[in-house]
Amino acid sequence: MEALTSLIGGFGVLADPMNIVYMFVGISLGVLIGVLPGLGGANGVAILLPLTFSMSPVSAIIMLSSIYWGALFGGAITSILFNIPGEPWSVATTFDGHPMAQKGKAGEALTGAFTGSFIGAFFAVLLITFLAPVIAKFALQFGPAEFFAVYLLTFCSFVGMGKEPPAKVIAAMMLGFALAAVGIDTVTGQLRMTFGSVELLRGFDFLVAVIGLFGVGEILLTMEEGLAFKGKSASINPRVVLHTWAQIPKYWAGLLRSAIVGCWMGVTPGGATPASFMSYGLAKKFSKNGRNFGKGELEGVIMPETAAHAAGTSALLPMLTLGIPGSPTAAVLLGGLLIWGLQPGPLLFVEQKDFVWGLIASIYLGNIAGLIVVLTTVPIFAAILRIPFSVIAPIILVICAVGAYTVHNAGLDIAVMLIFGVIGYLFKKLQYPLAPLVLALVLGDMAESSFRQAMLVSQGHLSIFWSNPLVGSIVTLALVMLVWPLVSKVMARLNGGKEAAAAE
Amino acid sequence: MSTESGHSAPTAHNEKTVTNRTMDAAVALIFMALAALVMSDSWRVGARWASDGPQAGYFPFYVGLIMFIASTVTLVTALVSRHPDLGNFVDRSQLVSVMQVLIPTTVYVGLIFLVGIYLASAVFIVFFMWWLGKYPVAKIIPVAVGVPLALFVMFEIWFLVPLPKGPLETALGY
Repeated sequence: MEALTSLIGGFGVLADPMNIVYMFVGISLGVLIGVLPGLGGANGVAILLPLTFSMSPVSAIIMLSSIYWGALFGGAITSILFNIPGEPWSVATTFDGHPMAQKGKAGEALTGAFTGSFIGAFFAVLLITFLAPVIAKFALQFGPAEFFAVYLLTFCSFVGMGKEPPAKVIAAMMLGFALAAVGIDTVTGQLRMTFGSVELLRGFDFLVAVIGLFGVGEILLTMEEGLAFKGKSASINPRVVLHTWAQIPKYWAGLLRSAIVGCWMGVTPGGATPASFMSYGLAKKFSKNGRNFGKGELEGVIMPETAAHAAGTSALLPMLTLGIPGSPTAAVLLGGLLIWGLQPGPLLFVEQKDFVWGLIASIYLGNIAGLIVVLTTVPIFAAILRIPFSVIAPIILVICAVGAYTVHNAGLDIAVMLIFGVIGYLFKKLQYPLAPLVLALVLGDMAESSFRQAMLVSQGHLSIFWSNPLVGSIVTLALVMLVWPLVSKVMARLNGGKEAAAAE
Repeated sequence: MSTESGHSAPTAHNEKTVTNRTMDAAVALIFMALAALVMSDSWRVGARWASDGPQAGYFPFYVGLIMFIASTVTLVTALVSRHPDLGNFVDRSQLVSVMQVLIPTTVYVGLIFLVGIYLASAVFIVFFMWWLGKYPVAKIIPVAVGVPLALFVMFEIWFLVPLPKGPLETALGY
C-alpha cells in the first residue's frame, strides 16, 4: 500500500498545469515523430533532450516520456493506413491492420490498435507501480559485483534472445563498449583511444549515435525502398470507436497473454519489436480465427500493439530501479536523467521520490491523454503522411543535424552523426542489431567501473561473481543466455529435422 | 539470413553490385581491424594488473579481443558457409537513390561549418526539393525559408540555445 500512497503523491506533482501542458505537447510531438519516417522514439527524444535542459527534471521527463508514448501510438497509424511501419515494433501491426484498412475498416483497426496499446501500457505501468519499489529496495543492497552481474545479464540476453546471428550481436555490442571507452578514463584519468586528437577527448556521445543510427540510417533505408505513400483515408467517429470497444472484452485472454509477453520482453531487454511479433504469433496459434490472420482480423491488430506498448512501457522498470534501460528509447531517457544530475538506480526511489512517482503517475495520465489525442487527430497525422518524401526527408535531416549539434554544441558531432547514419544503414542491411550497440555505448562506463570495482574487491579473482547465491545465480543465468544459441542449435540437430518440420 | 535472400534473389544483371557475402566479409574485416586498433591502444595504456588494481586498458582490451573473435566467426561463416548468401547487397538503382541522399547530406554537413546551419539548411532544402522533388519555385521557397526561420526562432530566441552561425547571421547582427 506504500506504493499507492506514493502514487497519489505523484499525481500531486502532476497537478501543476504546466506539466499537463508539457504532457500534451509531448504526446502530439511523439505521434508526429512516430508517423514520420526517420524519426522514432529513440532519436526523437534524443533530438529534443537538449531543449529540456532548462526545465525542471520532473517537467522534462514528463514531456520526454510523453513523446515516447506518443511515438508508440503513432507507429500504428502508418502501419494501418499506409502499410508502412513507422516504427519497427509496428511491423506486426501491418499484417492485419492494412488488410482491414483496404476493406474500409481503417477506423476499427486504428481504434483496436490504440486501445490495445493503451491496455498494454496500463498493464505495464501497474507492474511498474507495484514492482519498482520492491526491486529498488532489493537493489539497494547490491554491490559492484551484483551490478556487473545485472549488466552482464542484460547484454547476454541480447545474444540469447536476438534474432540476429550471435557473433554479429556480440560484435555490435563490443563496438558500443569500445566507443564508450574512448576519452578520459574516469578511474585513472588516462587518455584512451584518443590518438592525440582533442576532439576525441570528449568521447562519443550516445545521443549523437542514436540520432545517426536511427535517424539518418532510417532515411537512407527509406530512400532505398523508394517509398511512395499511397494511403487509405481514415475517419474515426464515436460510433466506430464504441462498436470496436464492444468487441474487445472477448479478447481478454489474448490481451493478458500479450501484455505478459510484452512486459517480459520489455524488462529483459528483448524490446518491443520481438514482443509484438511473438504476441502476433501466439495469437495466431491460439485464436479461433487463427486461419483468418493476415486477411484483416481485428485480433491480429490488437495483440501485437498490446505487447509492443507493454514492452515499451515496462522497459522503464529496469531503467528506474537498476539504471539499466530495457530499450534504446529508455536508454536515451536514462541519458537525460544523468544530464539533469539524477543518478538512475535504486537510490532514486529514496532521494528523488517526487521525480520517480511524478514520472510513474504521468505514465498513467500520459496514456489516457495519448488515447484521446490519437483517436481525435488521426486525420491530421494521416494528412501529414501525404506530404511527399522529397519534402519531408531534407527537413528531417536538418532536424537531425540540429539535434546532433545541440547535444554538446559541437559542430564535429554533426559529421559523427552522418558516419553513424552510414553505419546504421550497413548494420540494418547486414543484420547487425542496433539496440545492443546503443545500450553498450550508454552503459559502457558504468559496466566497466562496476567490473573494475568488483575486481578490486576480489584482487582480480573472477570467483567474486560466484561469491554469494544472488550474484552467482545472475551470472550463471547470464552465461546460459550467452550460450543459448549454441544449445538450441545442438538440440535442433539432435532432434533432427523432423520436429522442426512439424513445428512449421 | 532467410529474409535477406528472399527479396534480392532475382535481380537483373545490370542491377548487380556486390553480394551479401562479400559485404559481410568486408564489414567483418573492418570490425577486426577496429578491434586490433582497440587492443593495441589498450595495451599501450596498460591492460594488465597494477599494484592498485586493473589498469586503464584492462577492460577495453578484452572488449577488443571479444570483438576480434566474434568478427572472425562472422568472417569464417561468410567464407566457408555451404549455403553462402549470394543475394545482391543492394540493387544499382537503389544504391543510386541512397547516394542521392547521402552525397547532398555530406555536402550539407560541410556547408554547416562554412556558412552556419540556417543558411546551409535553406540551401539543402532548396536543392532537395528542386532536384529530387522537381517542385516549382513557388512551393520550394516557403519551405526553404520557413524551416530555418522556425528553427531560428525556436533555438536562438525561445530556448536560447545557440546554433552554428555564419557570416550572414553576423552581418544581420547575431
